Amino acid sequence: MLSSESFIPQQLVLIISVLLLGVASLCVGQYSLTLSEVLHQLTHYSDTQGIANQVIWTVRLPRILMALLAGGALGLCGATLQGVFHNPLVDPHIIGVTSGAAFGGTLAILLGLEPLLMMGSTFFFGLSALILVYAIAALQGRENALVLILSGIILSGFFAALVSLIQYQADTEEVLPNIVFWLLGSFATANWHKVLMLTVPVIISTAILFQLRWRINLLSLNDKDAKALGVSVVPLRRSVLVCCAFLVAAQVAVSGSIAWVGLVIPHLARLLVGVDHRRLLPTAFWMGGGFMIVVDDIARTLMQAEIPLGIITALLGAPLFTFLLIHSSRRGRR
Amino acid sequence: MKTGELRVQQLLYGHKVPLFEPLSFHCQQGEVWAVLGRNGLGKSTLLDTLTGTLKPLAGNIENEGGIGIVAQHSHLPFPYSVSDVVLMGRAQHVKLFSQPGSADKQKVIEALEQLNIAQLVSTPFTSLSGGQQQLVMIARALVTASQILLLDEPCSALDLANQEVVLQLISDLAHRQHRGIIFTTHDPVHALQVATHTLLLLPGGKWLAGATDTIVTEDNLYQAYGLTLRKIRMDNYATPFVAPLFTIEK
Repeated sequence: MLSSESFIPQQLVLIISVLLLGVASLCVGQYSLTLSEVLHQLTHYSDTQGIANQVIWTVRLPRILMALLAGGALGLCGATLQGVFHNPLVDPHIIGVTSGAAFGGTLAILLGLEPLLMMGSTFFFGLSALILVYAIAALQGRENALVLILSGIILSGFFAALVSLIQYQADTEEVLPNIVFWLLGSFATANWHKVLMLTVPVIISTAILFQLRWRINLLSLNDKDAKALGVSVVPLRRSVLVCCAFLVAAQVAVSGSIAWVGLVIPHLARLLVGVDHRRLLPTAFWMGGGFMIVVDDIARTLMQAEIPLGIITALLGAPLFTFLLIHSSRRGRR
Repeated sequence: MKTGELRVQQLLYGHKVPLFEPLSFHCQQGEVWAVLGRNGLGKSTLLDTLTGTLKPLAGNIENEGGIGIVAQHSHLPFPYSVSDVVLMGRAQHVKLFSQPGSADKQKVIEALEQLNIAQLVSTPFTSLSGGQQQLVMIARALVTASQILLLDEPCSALDLANQEVVLQLISDLAHRQHRGIIFTTHDPVHALQVATHTLLLLPGGKWLAGATDTIVTEDNLYQAYGLTLRKIRMDNYATPFVAPLFTIEK
């Protein structure tokens, strides 16, 4: 286990590495740039065009920032939810928000709504899903982790069916490819407007969760145990889930649904800093961001056409998760 | 009312219907109460009611100084270190948006030292033996700074040597630190050894409470367990032993 003295330097190294990775990723793409060009453009912003300047400031920088924030949001959200639901197999899909948001976005594409309205619709249905999860839990008269997970599964299935229905009904020439590409996740349409749309909810929710990081340890106990320690389990868990819903809805709104990151990154982070959520949450944020930057680099360079992110996260995530499971069971046996 | 006291008056408790006739007893500073009774009668439910995780159906529970509990089973979903686990006991002393500070961490170290398990501080809780886990959970209850401690079958998972360690600890906490202790047990000997008072839960909603030597008698134990038990006195030992007279057919 890490001592608290070695955690801060390690965290700084992680953050700096992720930021350097971001800068390095500015060089990568169809129009390749050298590192010195990138650094020059970053320090000399001008409106007087120039292709390199355009590529950096209007295409790659917003895109990489979005990848950082979206990946960070998913990593943080996964780590938080795994704690809150006392279960290391939980990922952000579990509370139904991803499917709800995916339905909102799909509906917006079908109706041909403006980008801003589309984001609004995504956000609205994502948060509605969480409210419905609580409504179903309320109808059962209980509000523990298991009830919430089961309600989340019900809503995920329901919204997934609605998404399929829309895909089935959509015009196969124009609308359907848009829906499919969006659902698989992409930062291809990144712009500063979307960065802002993502930044505000991510900064607010992340700040709240970061301050509550020790309380997540307490929420990871079973409800009775936590209550006996004087923790107000129900209101605290509700607040945490609302923060997670904002993170996921914001991420889906700007980049579609991206699986695996929220499941795998917390496990990787635990390998690095242990299970204490005071360390795990910030680590999962930065590792998620770094991972997503790499995924996006692959997405825009591997082939002539962009590969949807969901495909790459699954292709990387599945073997990575297998490795983690084997590693942890070996460690457990020792 | 002094801190470290717990007064229960006319308490009706249970999940929907009351399990016992109105229950009253008064645990004072420095007293140890044992709760005896058959499986499923409602010993753990009583502790849940006293901590407030289960609402009483009627009656009063008064206490000053807070109630901490050591549950019978402690399952943790993640392999937290011992210090992380004990630190969780500080939940009520750390503000909502704050993190535990050095004073909280100091309390953790003190509690571990008091129980002679300071060397386990960074060991994962899940890799400890049952006895060590029990001690860690007691340390967690100590750092809550509660003056009343409830322990749900603290000896049930322990070998005989560890049972002595925990019973000695219960006695010390009451007599040296003037806390009020209530523990449930299946062993009348434990009650006789450390409990100043006993609450004996009987089938049919009846109960008996009072000084241990007046409650833990052969007649009362027969009422409680439907089984003949003999109290045996041995030379050199202050407390009598209790032996059940099983008749096993072969």
